Amino acid sequence: MNSFIKGFAALGIALGAAHAVQAAEYPLVKPVEQDWSFAGPFGTYERSQLQRGLKVYREGCAACHGLERVSFRTLEALGYSEAQVRALAAEYEVEDGPDSSGEMFTRPAIPSDHFPSPFPNAAAAAAANNGAAPPDLSLIAKARAVERGFPTFVFDIFTQYAESGPDYIYSLLTGYQDAPEGYNQQPGTYYNPHFIAGTSLSMPDPISDGQITYDDGAPETQDQYAHDVAAFLMWTAEPHLEARKRMGFNVMIFLVLFGGLVYLTKRKVWGGVDH
Amino acid sequence: MSGGHSTYSPKTGIGRWFDARLPLPRLVHDSFVSYPVPRNLNYAYTFGGILSLMLVVQIVTGIVLAMHYAASTELAFDSVEKIMRDVNSGWLIRYLHANGASMFFIAVYIHIFRGLYYGSYKAPRELLWILGVIIYLLMMATAFMGYVLPWGQMSFWGATVITGFFTAIPLVGEWIQTLLLGGFAVDNPTLNRFFSLHYLLPFMIAGVVVLHVWALHVTGQTNPTGIEVKSKTDTVAFTPYATIKDGFAMIVFLAMFAYFVFYIPNYLGHADNYIPADPLKTPAHIVPEWYFLPFYAILRAITFNIGPIDSKLGGVLAMFGAIAVLFFVPWLDTSKVRSAVYRPWYKLFFWLFLVNAVFLGWLGSRPAEGWYIPAMQVSTLFYFAFFLVVMPILGLIETPRRLPNSITEAVLEKNKGSGTAHPTGATASPETKG
Repeated sequence: MNSFIKGFAALGIALGAAHAVQAAEYPLVKPVEQDWSFAGPFGTYERSQLQRGLKVYREGCAACHGLERVSFRTLEALGYSEAQVRALAAEYEVEDGPDSSGEMFTRPAIPSDHFPSPFPNAAAAAAANNGAAPPDLSLIAKARAVERGFPTFVFDIFTQYAESGPDYIYSLLTGYQDAPEGYNQQPGTYYNPHFIAGTSLSMPDPISDGQITYDDGAPETQDQYAHDVAAFLMWTAEPHLEARKRMGFNVMIFLVLFGGLVYLTKRKVWGGVDH
Repeated sequence: MSGGHSTYSPKTGIGRWFDARLPLPRLVHDSFVSYPVPRNLNYAYTFGGILSLMLVVQIVTGIVLAMHYAASTELAFDSVEKIMRDVNSGWLIRYLHANGASMFFIAVYIHIFRGLYYGSYKAPRELLWILGVIIYLLMMATAFMGYVLPWGQMSFWGATVITGFFTAIPLVGEWIQTLLLGGFAVDNPTLNRFFSLHYLLPFMIAGVVVLHVWALHVTGQTNPTGIEVKSKTDTVAFTPYATIKDGFAMIVFLAMFAYFVFYIPNYLGHADNYIPADPLKTPAHIVPEWYFLPFYAILRAITFNIGPIDSKLGGVLAMFGAIAVLFFVPWLDTSKVRSAVYRPWYKLFFWLFLVNAVFLGWLGSRPAEGWYIPAMQVSTLFYFAFFLVVMPILGLIETPRRLPNSITEAVLEKNKGSGTAHPTGATASPETKG
């Protein structure tokens, strides 16, 4: 009877999905979709992978990139004990003060401190890096999303695709290559067709095979490093992802059961009325 | 509210005492228990209730967020991230609020299109419709200012672009923009006044919603046949009939809402808003939230000057005109028949209009270049032609299908047809069973 409702159901999907998108021309090559342990309705972070990712960050990224929204205490979520977190924090120096004589001083970090930034401010970061300040990585996995295009972005609703950030990070880190013949390479930039805002970026290829030593037997390859650090950065951007999905399952179960009961009640109430 | 007779009779002494002094229980009883609704309302008519629920969800989550949010350009982004990381269940409250805005608009668009399909705006419901358009306008203002509060890149640049529209107005434009911004550029004063207004407007919406519901209860609801209620057999009591049906629709809607919140909470947002606002760095493409995209396409469709009106002012006029035209819909539609069910040509144009609106939304997400521009122009032309040409003319030349004499007759006729196929009622296809 109801062409209005049917028509709307069909169009509703497209209507709800017509969401904001990025520039069409970049990146030249779309991110390569990877399997992530945290994808899907029951996704969880793999603790060992996050620990490796933290190591990659500390040894491969931290010289230029901050992680200032992440406090050391939250690293317990990676499977570290309180004592391990305390020891890890103590490896960093943070500024504190002023003390009773009015002077600022540095002290070893404690778990409630955040990762200190490698540069005192954005201007210093830019000055040290050829004019391009390396972005803070705390939220980078949610701050980069390559346009999916129609109709993929419609399917993404049903496949729960929410890993465009880590896919992008992985693709960028493994995507450095020689520029094609005749390409006008600007000095201080590096060709990477996966870069979201152009064809070259100011960051050189940051990690290579064997650069970081793993102590859990995982392969010491660029591919593995890129996976691990992308997963770690997803965690820094969305630390409550597991709790969210867990609660979501309970909520959905509740709504389906409750909805079923209310539907049966509705059937009963309307049973005697033609409508 | 339903006017005239009341069937409320308090059974207890306290009830009678109260009723003689403040008949609030009587008002509630007459409005939400004994209030008669047409018996043939389908699920498209449940979105009023869903919208009320969403307004409450937005206000409750918003008040909690405001307890943790700091409206300062130095602190805003950090305070939102603190909510996401350190506030207990803060991530839940913020994702509910952010996705709730989108759900609110999904519901309001279905509600508006339902009104257009079944001719709900026609006499004597013109004021009801106009109050609805006012609510929609207030929602847009609220949502826009809310989107600015996290102080991300899209917040900042969206605010810059939208407040920039006002400079197109001759003579007073610059002055209005300065007043909106509290200065000459989007900055701390802008954020502070947007926060203040973002807190105020939902309560104004709630006020207009009261008027909207009041007007509804004076005229009574329309229904898919578009025929007014004529006798008691045409209606059922609001409780339990509409209550349980609205309740079921709300749960289904909440399930969709929950799906977005818990599984793809950032799907409807823009990644750039996770980058702190930077006045020195313009994003590659500034796009508004999805629910504004059709109007954004209309804005950018006007790329030419019309006499003394330059393209910028023309675009702004077209964009505001696209909303303003809704106020005149009750008088633009000349048809004596209310519901599209009995208007084959109007029905066709309605669906074309809906497809066109979605297409405009998609165009709104595209950069204004290449073939997108002529597409935006053709789509914009059709948008206005639907209201200004199709609606008035169709009403005069269209031959409507035969109308049933009453709601009851329509219901019995329909069930005669489907009743033989499904003798027990709604077993086979409950979703079409209203």
